[in-house]
Amino acid sequence: MIRYLIRRVLFLILVLWIVSGLTFLIFVKLPPGDPARRAAGRTSTPQTIHAARIALGLDKPVYVQYLRFAKGLIPWPGFFLNKQVYYSWSDFVPISENIYSKLPVDITLTLGAAVVWLLMGLPIGVVSAIRRRSIFDRSGMIFALLGVSLPVFWLAYVFLYVFWFKLHLVPGSGIPQGMSVLRAAFHGSFILPWVVLSLAFAAFYARMTRANLIETMSEDYIRTARAKGLSERRVIFKHGLRSALTPIVTMFGMDVGVLLGGAVITETVFNLDGIARYAIQSIRRNDFPAVMGVTVFASFFIVVANLLVDVVYAFLDPRVRYS
Amino acid sequence: MAEPLLEVKDLKVHFPTEDGLVKAVDGVSFAVSPGETLGVVGESGSGKSVTFLTVLGLINRKSAKVSGQVLFRGQDLLKLPVDELRNVRGSKISMIFQDPMTSLHPYYKVGNQIGEAIRAHQRVSKKEAFSQAVEMLRRVGIPRPQERASQYPHEFSGGMRQRAMIAMALSLNPDLLIADEPTTALDVTVQAQILDLIDRLKQEFDAAVVIITHDLGVVAEHCDDIMVMYAGKPAEYGDRRDIYYAAHHPYTWGLLQSIARLDQEQQERLQPIKGLPPSLIFVPPGCPFHPRCPYVMDVCKVEVPQLLPANGHHASACHLTLEEKDRIFKEEVMARR
Repeated sequence: MIRYLIRRVLFLILVLWIVSGLTFLIFVKLPPGDPARRAAGRTSTPQTIHAARIALGLDKPVYVQYLRFAKGLIPWPGFFLNKQVYYSWSDFVPISENIYSKLPVDITLTLGAAVVWLLMGLPIGVVSAIRRRSIFDRSGMIFALLGVSLPVFWLAYVFLYVFWFKLHLVPGSGIPQGMSVLRAAFHGSFILPWVVLSLAFAAFYARMTRANLIETMSEDYIRTARAKGLSERRVIFKHGLRSALTPIVTMFGMDVGVLLGGAVITETVFNLDGIARYAIQSIRRNDFPAVMGVTVFASFFIVVANLLVDVVYAFLDPRVRYS
Repeated sequence: MAEPLLEVKDLKVHFPTEDGLVKAVDGVSFAVSPGETLGVVGESGSGKSVTFLTVLGLINRKSAKVSGQVLFRGQDLLKLPVDELRNVRGSKISMIFQDPMTSLHPYYKVGNQIGEAIRAHQRVSKKEAFSQAVEMLRRVGIPRPQERASQYPHEFSGGMRQRAMIAMALSLNPDLLIADEPTTALDVTVQAQILDLIDRLKQEFDAAVVIITHDLGVVAEHCDDIMVMYAGKPAEYGDRRDIYYAAHHPYTWGLLQSIARLDQEQQERLQPIKGLPPSLIFVPPGCPFHPRCPYVMDVCKVEVPQLLPANGHHASACHLTLEEKDRIFKEEVMARR
């Protein structure tokens, strides 16, 4: 078990290394323009530009520049996204500060949406599978189709218009000035973002649950369960759903991992100060350390989510444990 | 003769499909007495499995048209409400299936799965049910049953899994055990063990047994009565000696002749039955076997032969006369064996 974990941690570092290397290539070596000049600001003189260049380490050879960033990959406090290298070229604060201050928004967004999409998607999927070809099934699958097809940016504005502007049921977009993220959540600022963000996931999960459950219910052990004289409810839930949900759990872990890195459209439309919006801003401003920092941070979450999901899967499916 | 435990009368199970009406079971009647073993023999698609799945109510009522009677201790199971039928399943009539690997749930321990069967019918605690399960595993001959009960199905070998299934089926002391191709998915050496186990447990638990198989060799040693099925209809019914030493149906003759024998010189090639089993949607008119029958007559193409008893309860659904059947069996079938 320990060896397994060590291997996974090494794998994590490898992935971060590759991701950061590619990011470095894409953002430092490829774009035109001189970051030092940009960092020096509008009223720059050759001296300030030169000073900026040295301060940002841009005078050193490429691989040395990369290595400075690479040191920040090690997932250990003190090393991870260290303050010297990961320092914003635009607002001159450490990247980690920016990321950590925006993280609560994404955590709230992700967790809330996750609860909503599970509560919506799973029951719809289960009932659709049990009552196949019924009205419920058909409408459930139409809902799924809509949820997956309707773009978030369109849905978001439509919902805002209907539920905020017309019906005054929810507060407007953005977090009111001075409120903490948590208070804002209770205030209702996250309701529409949760619904809009979760719709596509709910739809997808409904479809997957339905398909998995239908397949599971045709397995031989379901026939055995019925032959034993078990109640149909027990057969469906303890025998059928239990097997059907295992791949869903895997998917869920990955989805949460990815979402924690930010949901760009939702954050933008609802004016939420999250990591994804920050990433876009940083790209526009050519703030390379920020881009690098956010990328590394998001990758870290995804790889850790991947690891957790594998552990949970082994917990759920005994056949996997001894390989 | 003792009051029959299970009496099936003119059972028909038809499935309407897009391609047509599939007559999986088309007029099957038989009886099983307490303590007896009935062997049901037939090819794939003969309707043998569907018959018994219908007895237990495991056929989806919405997709099948079922008619006839299934009398268990005088009660028609087909007319029973679902929850009462559930009481019967597992505790009075149990069924085990062909592939034990896929028939057990991969996520739950074997002991708990057996315990679940017990708790579905008796009010006992989980612990108590588990220890009963351990005892059942011991009785079916699994070594170190305490350890094994805490393991998962994938940790068992094929033969052990089937033993576990048998343990589960017998845990509530049912009156009737239905074994649907119990040995088909197992090694030959293990097959014999499992069949012997079923014989022994049948005595111990005082149960009647139905063994469904396509293997005549299996039935020969372990069954009292045998029913041969073809295309959803019964072809022949009799006790062991009737079928092996005085068979009266051309299909049975064909089956007997196609058995490979180790104790004979390799003179002739194996004699398979010519042709293929018929589609259950477009069943041949008259006797369903007539396209493949070497003794076919005009009447066979038109009139469905009824399962008529000849002497005692030996019956065959064939238009040949009794004398002809006896003669053909002696001269042609026995001669070749």
